[in-house]
This record gives sequence, structure tokens and C-alpha cells, in this order.
Amino acid sequence: VTVLNAALQGVFLGAFYAVLACGLSIMFGVMRIINLAHGDVAVLGAYIIFVIVERTGVSAFVAFAIALPVMILLGYVLQLTVLERSLKAGILTPLLATFGLSIVIQNLLQLAFSPDVRSLGGSAGSLTTSSAQVASGLSVSALGILVLMVAVLVFGGLQIFLSRTRAGWMMRATAEDIDAAELVGINSRNVYAWATAIAVAIAGLGGLFLGIRSVFDPVSGPTQLIFAFEAVVIGGMGSLWGTLLGGIALGVAQTLGAQVHPQFAVMAGHLLFLAVLIARFGGGRALLRAAR
Amino acid sequence: MRVARWTRTSKFFTAGTGLVAVLLACVPLVFEPDVVQKLTTLLILVLLAAMWNALAGYGGLLSVGQQAFIGIGAYGTVYFAGLGITPYVAMLLATLLAGLIAIPISLFALRLRAAQFAIGMWVIAEVISIIVRLNKNLGAGTGISLIQLNQFDPIFRQAYTFWLALAFTIVFMAALFFLLRSPLGASLQAIRDDEDAARSLGVRVAARKRLLFVLAGLGCGAAGVLIVANTLFIEPGSIFSVQWSAYMIFMVLVGGLGTFEGPILGAILLFAIQTTFTQGGPWYLVGLGATAALFALLLPRGLWGTIEERLGLRLLPVGYRVVEAKHEQRAA
Repeated sequence: VTVLNAALQGVFLGAFYAVLACGLSIMFGVMRIINLAHGDVAVLGAYIIFVIVERTGVSAFVAFAIALPVMILLGYVLQLTVLERSLKAGILTPLLATFGLSIVIQNLLQLAFSPDVRSLGGSAGSLTTSSAQVASGLSVSALGILVLMVAVLVFGGLQIFLSRTRAGWMMRATAEDIDAAELVGINSRNVYAWATAIAVAIAGLGGLFLGIRSVFDPVSGPTQLIFAFEAVVIGGMGSLWGTLLGGIALGVAQTLGAQVHPQFAVMAGHLLFLAVLIARFGGGRALLRAAR
Repeated sequence: MRVARWTRTSKFFTAGTGLVAVLLACVPLVFEPDVVQKLTTLLILVLLAAMWNALAGYGGLLSVGQQAFIGIGAYGTVYFAGLGITPYVAMLLATLLAGLIAIPISLFALRLRAAQFAIGMWVIAEVISIIVRLNKNLGAGTGISLIQLNQFDPIFRQAYTFWLALAFTIVFMAALFFLLRSPLGASLQAIRDDEDAARSLGVRVAARKRLLFVLAGLGCGAAGVLIVANTLFIEPGSIFSVQWSAYMIFMVLVGGLGTFEGPILGAILLFAIQTTFTQGGPWYLVGLGATAALFALLLPRGLWGTIEERLGLRLLPVGYRVVEAKHEQRAA
């Protein structure tokens, strides 16, 4: 039962990773780039929510609603200032530019908020503590359920947006073939900027959950980026629902790994990620041959 | 018209480089140990920048995980020294170990492209870091000292470490220099310029990239060896830190990605910045990150690449140039 319980907790944890990974997946799907500052953007979101909570005393969820327009604007501006230029310069430039951005965000946060760890747990109401015993040894926390539901809603909402709305069609068309999309009158600059805006907004949601679930500090970003990227790759790059499943697979791997040894949790996730990469891109046979 | 490799400037400068190397070798005889230690740091930076540039500038492989090899070099030294092997022999063994481990990693990592390679390497570095943290014999998470080096007098120790750093830097830079000048180098530069085109012309892209990857693994391992020899203490949190990748990216981007001289310039600049802002601190890192991003966006060829383009200057020639007849007459 403990293993089953661990797997269940892993699903909840994985839903959180899926939310973190969602923005990364959108940006890769639309623009074929990976934003190496994605984790830091999520942590930045957590800090913005933290400031709003400190100043006004509202709950973390209300603060997120206030922070949302800020995040959307941030994403829009990020695209137009940094990413758009880097996209034109080849496949390595977006990685280099966003890696630089990642260091900038981390250290600006360090300057503004000191290296102390913060949490949003205290301002999220009774949600963080309440849990229910489903069966003996199987417990379900209210927060876990909430994150899972929100994750499904976010991915479902995106699915509807992409398949049912005009803006969604434009986004898919641009992702498919940017030149053809331009020919039929789509403003690809605008589409890209909105894709990044949505990605950053969802990263902010990831930041909210990060802050409620546990603690964060200015340098939490890179770890979040790694987990988010692992979720995207495990689920299959460019597939939205795949990212949700990938996140859950990563979460389950981590909680099951923790059953073996507490320090083995993150390791198990990494190993799953590397195994998926080897399975997808090959090299396994060469590795085995080398081992022999 | 004819095709030439050397110009008068580059002949002069290459000879100058040899002279600088000789002068550097005399440094420990003249200066105080703390100056020697600082210059050792500079050599480590030059080595790291050159290796990262070999990967990204010539192989198109952007790694955010070279700290894996730095850590293997550093921990390998402590491990081999712990077995009772003379520290300086342990250092050579640890460097070879880093190169050896690079081979199996290359078998699958080189199949990845762009972001997958970048973050894949990062995850590999994290995995190796966790393995070290789980190992009590290597000091687990709290770090470990290279106590075996204490048997040497500090002044001699610092001098030996410096000479080792100088030797490593010269060996790896020379290896890269001659590699790039060989016919192999032409194929590497073809890969850098257009991988698909190079492949269609019959360049064995995978084998060439593996060569660069293993060279960079050896070089970064050597840098890790030098770091532990220079500071005598390492802990997984800092030796496997992604900060190393940040430094390498900064040096190479500012100096000039895909140029031979650029990373040296970048390393000297980073060293100057580090010595000026000794407190370090967040503002300094904000500056580094912003500068790297701006160079990537606005000046992708870096300082040296731009100088080279504008002035046609080439100090350490790894390519060829076309000399027009008029200049030739004047030269004659």
C-alpha cells in the first residue's frame, strides 16, 4: 500500500510538473525553441504573488489573479525584445540568450529578495493542510486534487483554444508553416508573442503551486526548468497531452524513487528522462556494445 | 592570387605566443604565491573557454553540462590520491578518467540536438553530482579536501600547480590548434557552418563531433583537476554548479564563438572582471548574464570575431586566406 500511496502522491506531484512544463511545451510546439529561463520565470511569478500577498494580505489565489496580467505582459514583451531577435539568428542563439536571461533573473531576484527561502503556503488558507484518508494508508490532500484538476483544466482549455478558436487556428497554422501562414495574412509576430504570453502566464501558475507546495528561493529556477523539460521530453516533444502524461510519469518516478532512498527521488526522474532519450534517439545499442 | 595561411602579423604573433608561454613558465620563480594562484585561475578559465568553444564553436554542440567533466576531474584527483597514488600522477589519471567517461556519454548524447543536447548534458551532470553526494567516501554533500597535497611546501605546491596548469593549457590549445589546421579541421569548420551540407559532401559528422566531445571532456576534466589543486577543497554543490557553464558561455560569446583567439580574450576579460569585482555578488552576475545575452543577440561573432572581420586580422592562423596579387608584389 505504501508503494501505491507513493504512486498516488507521484500523480499529484506530476500534475504540478505538467503545469510547469506546459508553457515550455507550447513555446516548443509553436516556435521550436526552448526557453532556458522558463523555470526562473515561474519563480519570478511566485515572487510577484508573494509581494502582492505581503502588501495587501489577500490569499495567494487572489494574488495570482492580480499577477496574471503582469505575467501575460511580461511574456509578450519577452518575445518582442529577446526571443524574436534570437529566433532569426539560428538554433543556438535562443538557448544562449535565454540562458543569459536566466542568470539575470536569478540574480535580480537575489538582489530584491535576499537569498532567504519563501513560501506561499501560509497564505493559501486551509487548503495546504487538509487531506482525506481514502483507504488505510492511502491519503489524498486537497492541494494535490486541486493541482491535478487545474492541470487537467489548463491542458483541456488549451486543447479547446487550439482546436476551436480562430486565434488557436492561427497559432497552429503558424506552428505548421510560418511562411504559408504569413501568406494567408496571419501576423506571425503577434501569434508568437501571444504564444509566449500564454506560456509565461502558465509558468506563473506553476510558480503559484511551487510556492504553495513547498518553498522557493531566487535560484530555484534551474531545477524547475530541468523537471519541466524532462516532463516535455518524456511525454514527447511537441505534444500537449503528452506533456501532461510526461509530467505525471516524472512525478511517479520521483516518488517511487524516494521509496528506495530519499536522495534517490530526483535521480529516478533523471534516469527515466535519460532512458526515454536513449529509447527515442537510439544509442542504446552502441552503449551496450561499449559496456561489453 | 594565391592562398596563404600565414601573414607577417600571424607569424609574429605565433612566435610571440611561444615567448609568452616561456615568460609565463618563469612566473612562479618571480612572483608571490598569491599572484601565482590568481594566474592559475586565469589559465583554468582559458582552458575552459577553449574547450567550450571547441564544442559549440566548431561542433555546434551547446552544452550546459560540462561541469560534469570538471567534477569528474576534481573528484577523480581526490579519489586516486586517496588510493595512495602521488597527487600529481593522480591528476593525470583523473584527466584521463574524464576523457574515458566522455566516450560512453558521447554514444548517446551526440544523437541529441540543440536544447535536447544542452539540457541532456545538464541532467547528466546532475546525475553524476547525485552519485557523488551519495558516496560517503567522497565526502558526500559536504565536500572533501585534497590533503595529500599538504605534504608539499605551499610555495612549491603553488608553483607545481601553476606549471601543470600552463602545461595543460598549452597541450590542449595546441591539440585544438593543430586539429583545426589539419584536413580534419576543415571538415569541422564545414560542420560548424552547415552540418547538413557537410554531411552531404561526405564528412563523417558523428565521428568528428565525437572527437571534439572527448577532447572537451578531457580538457574540462583537466580544468577540474587544476581547480582542486588550486583550492585544495571541493564540494559537489560548487564543482558541479551550472555556474561553470555560465562562465564558459560568457567567455566564448564575448570573445568570439568559433574563433580560435576569441575564447582567450574572453577568459582574460572575465578574469579582469573577477579581479576587479572581488566581492562578486549578484550585480556582477546580472552583468555577466546580460552581457552574454546581448552578445548572443547583437554581436554573435563576439569581440574577436568582429575585429577579425573588420581588420582581416588573424593572429593564430587556423584557416586560410586569399592574398591578392597586388599585396603579394608589395610583400615581395
